[in-house]
Amino acid sequence: MASQHGAPPVFNNKVIAWIDYRLPIFSYIEKEYHHFPTPRNFNYFWNFGAIATVMLVLMIVTGIVLAMNYQPNSELAFDSVERIMRDVPSGWMMRYMHMTGASFFFVAVYIHIFRGLYYGSYKAPRELLWILGVVILLLMMATAFLGYVLPWGQMSFWGATVITNLFSAIPLVGESVVTWLWGGFAVDNPTLNRFFALHYLLPFIIVAVVALHVVALHVHGSNNPLGIDPKGPQDTVPFHPYYTMKDGFGLTIFMIIYAGFVFFAPNLLGEPVNYVPANPLVTPNEIVPEWYLLPFYAILRAIPDKLGGVIAMFGSIAVLFVLPWLDTSRVRSCTFRPIYKWFVFVLVIDALVLGYCGAHSPDAVLDLGLIKVPLLAVARVGTLYYFFHFLVLLPVLGKIERPLPMPPSIADAVLKKKAV
Amino acid sequence: MRRILVSGAVALAALGLGAVAIAAEGHIPLKHQHWHFTGPFGTYDRASAQRGFQVYKEVCAACHSLSLLSYRNLTELGLTEAQVKGIAAEVQVPDIGDDGSAIERPARPSDRFKKPFANDLAAAAANGGKAPPDLSVIVKAREGGADYIYSLLTGYVPNDKLTPAQIKEFAVGKDDNFNLYFPGHRIAMPPPLTDDKVSYVDGTKATLDQEVRDVVEFLAWASEPHLEARNRTGIRVILFLLAFAGLMYGVKRQVWADKH
Ligand code: HEC
Ligand code: HEM
Repeated sequence: MASQHGAPPVFNNKVIAWIDYRLPIFSYIEKEYHHFPTPRNFNYFWNFGAIATVMLVLMIVTGIVLAMNYQPNSELAFDSVERIMRDVPSGWMMRYMHMTGASFFFVAVYIHIFRGLYYGSYKAPRELLWILGVVILLLMMATAFLGYVLPWGQMSFWGATVITNLFSAIPLVGESVVTWLWGGFAVDNPTLNRFFALHYLLPFIIVAVVALHVVALHVHGSNNPLGIDPKGPQDTVPFHPYYTMKDGFGLTIFMIIYAGFVFFAPNLLGEPVNYVPANPLVTPNEIVPEWYLLPFYAILRAIPDKLGGVIAMFGSIAVLFVLPWLDTSRVRSCTFRPIYKWFVFVLVIDALVLGYCGAHSPDAVLDLGLIKVPLLAVARVGTLYYFFHFLVLLPVLGKIERPLPMPPSIADAVLKKKAV
Repeated sequence: MRRILVSGAVALAALGLGAVAIAAEGHIPLKHQHWHFTGPFGTYDRASAQRGFQVYKEVCAACHSLSLLSYRNLTELGLTEAQVKGIAAEVQVPDIGDDGSAIERPARPSDRFKKPFANDLAAAAANGGKAPPDLSVIVKAREGGADYIYSLLTGYVPNDKLTPAQIKEFAVGKDDNFNLYFPGHRIAMPPPLTDDKVSYVDGTKATLDQEVRDVVEFLAWASEPHLEARNRTGIRVILFLLAFAGLMYGVKRQVWADKH
């Protein structure tokens, strides 16, 4: 890769040159973020990796500020969050940025994942890159779940109770595992303490995995909307300034929407019950997780058996790990996959439907005018379809689908499009 | 790219149509009110919130705590420091004297609002088994927010106006309070407000509607005291980001000019 631009860069600044000779961080930045040859045909879906990284940094910065004022004690936690909101200068802003930031971090990452699915970014030689991404997703879910417990509202408490109780489904040792997780015989102060410790820790592990993710990315470079490899300099542009500026623009638009929520509707995505202090004696009418976990929650509840539900829920992520080997098509991008392309959208709709099911009681009935459908049935069909997509459709379709003809090179496609 | 977006929009629209309605049972829509504090330019109506504080102090405070607020916070509603001192001084709070003995002293502006009951058990015992909830964040803690609290406080139906079917369905006893908007309808709080429950110091006519609007304005402020600062900051941040986005767009186009 470095051979692209020949000799290592020469730095005019003496200090930089001195440091770089001993620890080549500046060469690294030059190579990986300045000259780095990047396909010239990215669309705006390629912004979301950079956006997710910025959100991660933002979560860590706001989180550390919150942690300076937060009290991880079951008697004090709820009021300490409210004190942050009321008495700590700009505390309300830190808290709302963190709270809404978690949602927008997931928005960015889900779009990022959709991009990967649609353009086949998980295929060789990027399987490990994809798997590291799925690890990041799992760590994010764990972090967000732990964080949601911290304000110690009703949903914090009951969400923690429901999710930790899932481990009791493990045969033989389940009950002991749950007691061990709780640090007692119920969700209580010891649970809150350890959840805080872990909530502080996990984001830094995410940073480490993101670093590996980026290293893996920079071995073979990015995929692109055509899914074909760059064949030479005419197919690529240097990362800077081309993509630094494009990412900068996309990031700013994303930030406008994010700021809209932080400042004008900070509680829209949350559950009002979480402003009621935790009370072990009163169960809320419905216990629902944050929106970004709803599809998985729906899968969990769709299975009549507890252990089965837990397996299905973890299985829904586990299939993503083996996705590179489930997809038998040699073509990466859906641009050239006339049939599969539609099924990616069906999968997105399926995930949204599952999310809807997760948000409502399984006993609810969907009134479609002509017919009434029990929501549980919808969730079950949705769950079946989810696994059908990955375990049946993908392997089979890759074999029978006839891909569209592909352009000889990226430059060729870009220039032709311009000519039209 | 465009096609992806269009398909996505179609999918979302389909979902929106599909999600027509969860067959809801006996769900009564809230009475939607126009509030001074909604929208990105919203502010609190100081006069209304001050009257609302009077309602809280004279009526609700007998049962409901407001434990996250201190008397000094009232200056944010436009009361003077002297007024706040006076309001605090009317209240006796427990403390420990110089010789270590338990004493009562007049509250200071830095004290938290005094709680009407020593603890939740005492509060429940005095209110038919249900403790009146703390009202500090009540507007954020209920689905429907200010509209819900408004509907609740104006939503009582006297028992003699109920149909026999309603009495049967909700098992309304002689001493129960029926509220249209409270989940389950039977609420342990007797109707707290009626016409002329308070007589406003600023001379406003104290109709039920007026009292409720005022106390909700006050409680909305109590729940979200930094709303005005948040809106102001938000508008500045968004304007800055919009300008920055324009700049970035220009730079990006310039940079890419030779590439497509
Ligand atoms: C006589 C005591 C009493 C007074 C006075 C009183 N309340 Fe209540 N309030 C209660 C009790 C008890 C409950 C709990 C009701 C229940 O859970 O059934 C309650 C509940 C509430 C609720 C929560 C309803 C819900 O959705 O859970 C609100 C809001 C409320 N009161 C507002 C007020 C306001 C505003 C005032 C003053 C205008 C007031 N209350 C005066 C006793 C009182
Ligand atoms: C991956 C990054 C992170 C995610 C997704 C995340 C997510 C969350 C969520 C969902 C909440 C609950 C917000 C609420 O409803 O109030 C929360 C709270 C909290 N987080 Fe994080 N967080 C992250 C990083 C961090 C870090 C690095 C720290 C500390 C160093 C931190 C400290 C806190 C604290 C103190 C709270 C409690 C205050 C509050 O609830 O507002 N977070 N987090």
